[in-house]
Amino acid sequence: MSNNVNSLLKVSNLAVSFDTVEGSINAVQGIDFELNKGQTLAIIGESGSGKSVTASVIMGILSCPPGRIKSGEIFLNKQDILKLSEIDRRKLMGNKIAIIFQDTLSHLNPVFTVGAQIAECFEVHKNYTKKESWDKAVKLLDRVKIPNPYKRAKDYPHQFSGGQRQRVMIAMALALEPDIIIADEPTTALDVTIQAKILELLAELRDERNMGLILITHDLGIAAEVADKVIVLKNGKIVEKGTLKEVFIKPKHKYTKELMNSIPGKFNQRYKRSDNIDTNPILEIKNISKSYDTLACDNINFNLFRDEIIGIVGESGSGKTTISNLILRLIEPSSGCILYHGRNIFDFDKKELFNFRRKVQIVFQDPYASLNPTMNVFDIISEPWIIHNDFLHKKLHQARISELLTSVGLKPSDSKKYPHEFSGGQRQRIAIARALALNPEIIICDEAVSALDVSIQAQIIKLLKDLRKQFSLSYLFIAHDLPVVKDLADRVIVMKSGEILEEGNVEKVFNKPVNPYTIDLLKSSPSIEKLLSN
Amino acid sequence: MQLILQKKVFYNKFKQIFSMFLNDKLALISIIFLIFMVFLALFGPSLINDSFTKMNLRLRNLEPFSFDHNFMYFFGADALGRSMIARLIIATQNTMFIAGSAVILSMTLGGALGLISGYFGGKTGNLIMRIADIIMSFPSLLLAVIVLYMFDPGLLNLVLVLAFTRMPIYMRTARAEVLEIRERLFVSAAISMGASNSRIIFKHIAPLTIPTLITIATLDFAFVMLGESALSFLGVGIQPPEVTWGLMVAQGRNYLQLAWWLAFFPGLIIMLVALSLNLLSSWLRIVLDPRQRWRLENIGDKNE
Amino acid sequence: MRKYLSKRILSSLLAITGLFVMVFFLARLTGDPGHLYLPIDAPVEVRKEFSEKHGFNDPIYIQFGRFLEDLSEGDLGYSLRKERPAIDIVLEAIPVTLSLAAVAMTIALIGAILIGSLAAYKPNGLFDRISRVVSLTAASAPDFWIAITAILIFSVSLGWLPTSGIGGLPYWIMPIGILVIRPLGLLVQVVRGSMITTLSSDFVKTARAKGVKEKKVIFKHALRNGLLPVITVAGDQAAAIANGAVIVETIFGWPGIGKLMIDSIMQRDFAVVQASILVTAIVILSINIIIDITYAILDPRIRHK
Repeated sequence: MSNNVNSLLKVSNLAVSFDTVEGSINAVQGIDFELNKGQTLAIIGESGSGKSVTASVIMGILSCPPGRIKSGEIFLNKQDILKLSEIDRRKLMGNKIAIIFQDTLSHLNPVFTVGAQIAECFEVHKNYTKKESWDKAVKLLDRVKIPNPYKRAKDYPHQFSGGQRQRVMIAMALALEPDIIIADEPTTALDVTIQAKILELLAELRDERNMGLILITHDLGIAAEVADKVIVLKNGKIVEKGTLKEVFIKPKHKYTKELMNSIPGKFNQRYKRSDNIDTNPILEIKNISKSYDTLACDNINFNLFRDEIIGIVGESGSGKTTISNLILRLIEPSSGCILYHGRNIFDFDKKELFNFRRKVQIVFQDPYASLNPTMNVFDIISEPWIIHNDFLHKKLHQARISELLTSVGLKPSDSKKYPHEFSGGQRQRIAIARALALNPEIIICDEAVSALDVSIQAQIIKLLKDLRKQFSLSYLFIAHDLPVVKDLADRVIVMKSGEILEEGNVEKVFNKPVNPYTIDLLKSSPSIEKLLSN
Repeated sequence: MQLILQKKVFYNKFKQIFSMFLNDKLALISIIFLIFMVFLALFGPSLINDSFTKMNLRLRNLEPFSFDHNFMYFFGADALGRSMIARLIIATQNTMFIAGSAVILSMTLGGALGLISGYFGGKTGNLIMRIADIIMSFPSLLLAVIVLYMFDPGLLNLVLVLAFTRMPIYMRTARAEVLEIRERLFVSAAISMGASNSRIIFKHIAPLTIPTLITIATLDFAFVMLGESALSFLGVGIQPPEVTWGLMVAQGRNYLQLAWWLAFFPGLIIMLVALSLNLLSSWLRIVLDPRQRWRLENIGDKNE
Repeated sequence: MRKYLSKRILSSLLAITGLFVMVFFLARLTGDPGHLYLPIDAPVEVRKEFSEKHGFNDPIYIQFGRFLEDLSEGDLGYSLRKERPAIDIVLEAIPVTLSLAAVAMTIALIGAILIGSLAAYKPNGLFDRISRVVSLTAASAPDFWIAITAILIFSVSLGWLPTSGIGGLPYWIMPIGILVIRPLGLLVQVVRGSMITTLSSDFVKTARAKGVKEKKVIFKHALRNGLLPVITVAGDQAAAIANGAVIVETIFGWPGIGKLMIDSIMQRDFAVVQASILVTAIVILSINIIIDITYAILDPRIRHK
């Protein structure tokens, strides 16, 4: 193996730990892998699996302390870079091996122009003049398809959109035509259509220059689209490695199998809503428009019935969150009305609004931000009862909280703990328990599973389905992620720039989409179906 | 079972804080010194024998560090033969009382105004902040001098002026914090649950702003103390026969060549108390910032 | 940017007006403004005559109108002690304070950036620990006490430096040294904290991953960002250094605005006090506007707002 002429990078027996109060935590525990020319290796893992730590170690940017490299060798062109001096190592970085980060806004220096930041690569590693470097930078911006590169090179990172910033980052990584590019979750914060274009660009550049690409991702769909080889990490250990097909079609390890089963969008186990339900909608959204500086949503109409799940899909800026805020009456519309059992919620007086608030609840995207860190679970879940103090007698709070915690899959003894003692998925369960506390009719889920790992996502989706059956709830499920909606919704609404482009039954929208945008959206969405059908 | 668990959690928490103190020896020394000073301020004056605070012409300008007399004269005596130690202890009470009341007053008032300004925003909020800008745009010491000159220098006015000039810090900080917290999702969640404004302010926003305000107050105590002593030094602060450390420095200035210790010891104490407060505040800031906390928790950082 | 700046200037003007109105009414609130101008033991007849002459018996809005009218003509009142327009006296004193403050601030800023950055490079290292204690001690020092202790040591005992007055370099050493101490102590803390945050930020990682040399990472990528919060704090320091100037000028007998104000207060020369307040406020607000512009130049995110 070691005399493999195509070998670019070989990592063997790498182990990294972090020193904390509770002792040292082993983030990476002896992993091995190899990357060849022109090849894409996907490192798949959920949060805390050690995938980003591995990338930091390869690039020599791990903060030590608290990090510590315990053992291992990293061969770049037959040379162990962990044995090099700091200065020699720096000479290789950006030159032979480069990295693309996830959060581009914080990873680009805010006070320098993007042109200068790309040009810096040439100034550091080659003896180019300022002018030469700048011209090269402009050329690179053009290569990654930034329109008007001469002018744009003089702009600062915050003046670009997320997708464009990611292109700038790619241009920077490409500058010195490195042998290897590491892409650490390169498309996580981006919309699906933009994500597809970025992935396409990366693959194109890889083939053009015969580079090795390491793609670090939590998204199995993305891995399926571009990878040749795959390793699956869990708790700092490799649980499975092999070619893409081996891992995806015939996974051996229990965890990998579980992961493959968690992939959303399989149309199976759907709960069929009974058709003989009352024809009066709970919620009627009528000609609602809301404008800030621009039109956030424009003449929106739809109805929500009892025991129904509507999925609202759209990319950032489509106006989907504005609709959720309008229904919650957190903001007032510019025109139009929302009828709740036939009464306009914007005409409600204080008392009616108070009663309405009891019936509509929300679960937010970020379970870290939606729970008050200074309150324990008991206080969090009982808060709705303290606000609506006629709902449940104080003596019954404890018993009801135990019931609710059990029904969302937590333990009654968890009620004394604080939010920071839970994982992301568990916190989302707490948020759901709180939403259930007042026996609502409608729960709005605003990107409620977007921030979670796939396996956790699948669990929460299953929980939402079960709860719906149990309490005959209606959900308004807002997401940018198509497969998730496919699993859960009865009806789907596709939005773009504040307008509804397509609406209909879930089978119809997914199988026979009409609107070109919907078709594009479905095509862009990475999925493993294409791989499986081959 | 539950109780035992809670006790254990509490004990662990206590142990953790204590070990963080031990990791920062300077903070530990500071807090011990400050507790001692608070003790002196509360009980010191009642423990001193009257004879030490009366004029004793035989001991006029007695030099410090001699064992010939009572221990109370170890730091020497002043121009009227009064024990320096006794004078310092009496001054401790006044100084601590003035600084303490000013800090508490400005923290509660400024914090509340900032909270209101941040939560309700709009015209009232802006007006409150403009007032803070006006106060901030002028040197606080000069402002205090002018106000005390217009009204009468005295204990109450001194406290009010000091509180007034320090208020903008709390107003700005509280407002900034509220503006940030108000946008957090748990506040939106509470609103959509039907929570009242007062519930949101007191249950959700205030508990998160108070730690920051307390950190600032610790630092501000030092600042106010220095301000008070400067004012007393300039003659518009506390008036004789009352005494504070700052006034003692001012009075000692006239005897600088004759008896240096009259001005030196009170000034040194001012600096030590201010330094302890600074150390404590910088420790608090780290403890309250989860991103920096590991610096104190990390027991094994020997090499770096 | 231009919009932001004009808004800033407007709100500064508002602040000055507010301050001035406040001073005007506070002076009237004390009861008899004559009390502020006359010696405490002035006889009743003198007070009456004085009040009538200056219109202190008129209704307050008329007085306020007259006050505004004078103000619009640049007339800030007449010093009864020195028998000259108050504004002339103030304008003579301002340059003294400004030069003192400028030198002190420059030294404090440069010192703080050097010490703070070095301390931040290895948090909790030996240099960091020492600089922390030293800078916190400096920030805690009562300046008047340091001043008289310094006089005791360097002038009285050793006889190296003059006790007070203005003149050549030896006269500057102690006042500047004392004026530098507290801002330096505070700024070291700010620079250190800001540099630690910046050095652990994501874009510094990017620079390292690009292969930029460590020296350049610190002085090009980190320092430029790390200095931004320092600039904001420097604005507050402008007011703080004026506080220090009051003490230093009083003790060392420098004829600056601080000493002028204290003297005028002691001599009950209220017109001079009023004029000093206005001029000081204008100077401090102008400094703050200059700082805002500097900030906008260094931070493109602000510039494009």
